[in-house]
Amino acid sequence: MDFNLSKEQEMIRNVLKEFAEKEVKPIAAEIDESSRFPRETVEKMAKYHVLGIPFPVEYGGAGGDEVAYAIAVEELSKVCATTGVILSAHTSLGCWPIYRYGTEEQKEKYLVPMAKGEKLGAFGLTEPNAGTDAAGQQTVAVLDGDNYILNGTKLFITNGGEADVYIIFAMTDRSKGTRGISAFIVEKDTPGFTIGKIEDKMGIRGSSTAELIFRDCIIPKENLLGKEGKGFGIAMSTLDGGRIGIAAQALGIAEGALEETIKYIKERQQFGRPLAKFQGLQWMVADMATEIEAAKLLVYKAAYNKANGLPYNKEAAMAKLFAANTAMNVTTKCVQLHGGYGYTKDYPVERMMRDAKITEIYEGTSQVQQMVIAANLLR
Amino acid sequence: MNIIVCVKQVPDTNEVKIDPVKGTLIREGVPSIINPDDKNALEEALKIKDRNKDVKVTVLSMGPPQAEVALIEAIAMGADEGILLSDRAFAGSDTWATSTALAAGIKHIGNYDIIFCGRQAIDGDTAQVGPQIAEHLGIPQITYVEELNIENSKVRARRALEDGYFMIESKMPVLVTAIKELNEPRYPSIKGIYEAYKGDKVKVLSAKDIKADENNIGLDGSPTQVNKSFTPPGRGGESEIIEGSPKEQARELIVRLKEEKII
Repeated sequence: MDFNLSKEQEMIRNVLKEFAEKEVKPIAAEIDESSRFPRETVEKMAKYHVLGIPFPVEYGGAGGDEVAYAIAVEELSKVCATTGVILSAHTSLGCWPIYRYGTEEQKEKYLVPMAKGEKLGAFGLTEPNAGTDAAGQQTVAVLDGDNYILNGTKLFITNGGEADVYIIFAMTDRSKGTRGISAFIVEKDTPGFTIGKIEDKMGIRGSSTAELIFRDCIIPKENLLGKEGKGFGIAMSTLDGGRIGIAAQALGIAEGALEETIKYIKERQQFGRPLAKFQGLQWMVADMATEIEAAKLLVYKAAYNKANGLPYNKEAAMAKLFAANTAMNVTTKCVQLHGGYGYTKDYPVERMMRDAKITEIYEGTSQVQQMVIAANLLR
Repeated sequence: MNIIVCVKQVPDTNEVKIDPVKGTLIREGVPSIINPDDKNALEEALKIKDRNKDVKVTVLSMGPPQAEVALIEAIAMGADEGILLSDRAFAGSDTWATSTALAAGIKHIGNYDIIFCGRQAIDGDTAQVGPQIAEHLGIPQITYVEELNIENSKVRARRALEDGYFMIESKMPVLVTAIKELNEPRYPSIKGIYEAYKGDKVKVLSAKDIKADENNIGLDGSPTQVNKSFTPPGRGGESEIIEGSPKEQARELIVRLKEEKII
């Protein structure tokens, strides 16, 4: 048993912590306030190979692993959950399926520039009528000679409108149900592919969440990802990994909020002494720190399993379920400990509380995570 | 072109707490970092490497075995290799003994055109090691550099003063000490971190390996010793208002300042 990070992971944590403090934190409130996608941060992350951490160097990656990647998402999310999800959606949902299921040609053409950070990735599964019931895909792809013709609408797509490469799921054979779903690599600016509504969200407001519209969109046959009919499996296994990223984001949000709160209650005086001197509040801090530590162990365990080729479906679901719950619980208490000030934009905890909520919803709601965990236990 | 950058691993003083009783730094559990001015020194070397072909950047440090991580970080930022002078014989070195060892290390490396040092370390604040290395090696030095260019095989540097600057030109080899205004240091890249840890990019050398002068290294070779480290007690906030006409006030003030030997 060894709970230590490797030397590389340790240094990556220190570097990302400094990067987050200096480059990300100063604009976190502004991008939230103005719903501005932080393009400059994406460029900086590309420069330091943050956008391809778990992929081999020969595919443009940094040659790292899932633990290092989770640490990166965590450190960024401590100061800005928007930046955390941009990285997570790009890496887990955009790059990974190409790395895992792509042909050498597809990897060369798409994964290399994506892992280098020259191109940003996104993932389109959710539809207006296919959320948790992802099998109810209404987007269709019809083979026509050397091309597929794609028609349909995707909803709530993270990095939508900002990404260059999209992994899109569509029915190629309606009669086969989930076995009739296929995955495609779609480039932005493909004729027939347009960006629809950009969502005005409660939290992670600097990230782009968009509707993708496909009208007779022509996708070359070579952009089919994996085999025809295997799309549902690709989507589900991709989301297993994505959950580690979101769990790390939730963990980071909780840690960031607690750090801010500890600072605050040491300074804020009431009844002639700092809030931190009141035992009732100390107990809240102790409970939050314990919950965060438990979440951290679950997140790192899931990441470790994935990095070492061990099963991680249940572990990732548990990590996301628990970390998201922790993020919501901790940020709510942190706002409480800030009192009236916590409810204002003068302190970052209200933003963190709004950001935390989404971690219980996207890439599988908490209820979906419970379904996944139970299915593992009861099969 | 060969560039050597001297770096020191220091405790992150942003994280350091002072023992209220002893008045000394509590170093336990404090993260170690590359000294900030040394990062500016390294960045300038890396910028030269970015702009020119055939530039080799070697980072050099003296310290305990753990200081290797500072050199790994420097390599992850883009340096080619690291040399760590690590030997019990170096323990307890003051600035003289440190510069003696580093100069011996530099002679051991051999071929060099520019040596970069940070202005000073945040844990010692002496600003002596850089200039002393230049003296040991008998080469010119430009300190407090805030801008640097290489033109026609010469180094042109802007040396910051409190109320102005010098433009100094020097032939190479030359030693330069960097201040934070010189540049904005890059971060190590994630890929660079993995590569830096692969293979033997850091060589560890002993006092014997570099033929350091035994009489001028370590505690015994240090002409200065730290006797006591303390925070001076705060001065009493006594103040006095001098009365009278402006002329009388001025005259009285001059007299007082002379009495106190301030002027």
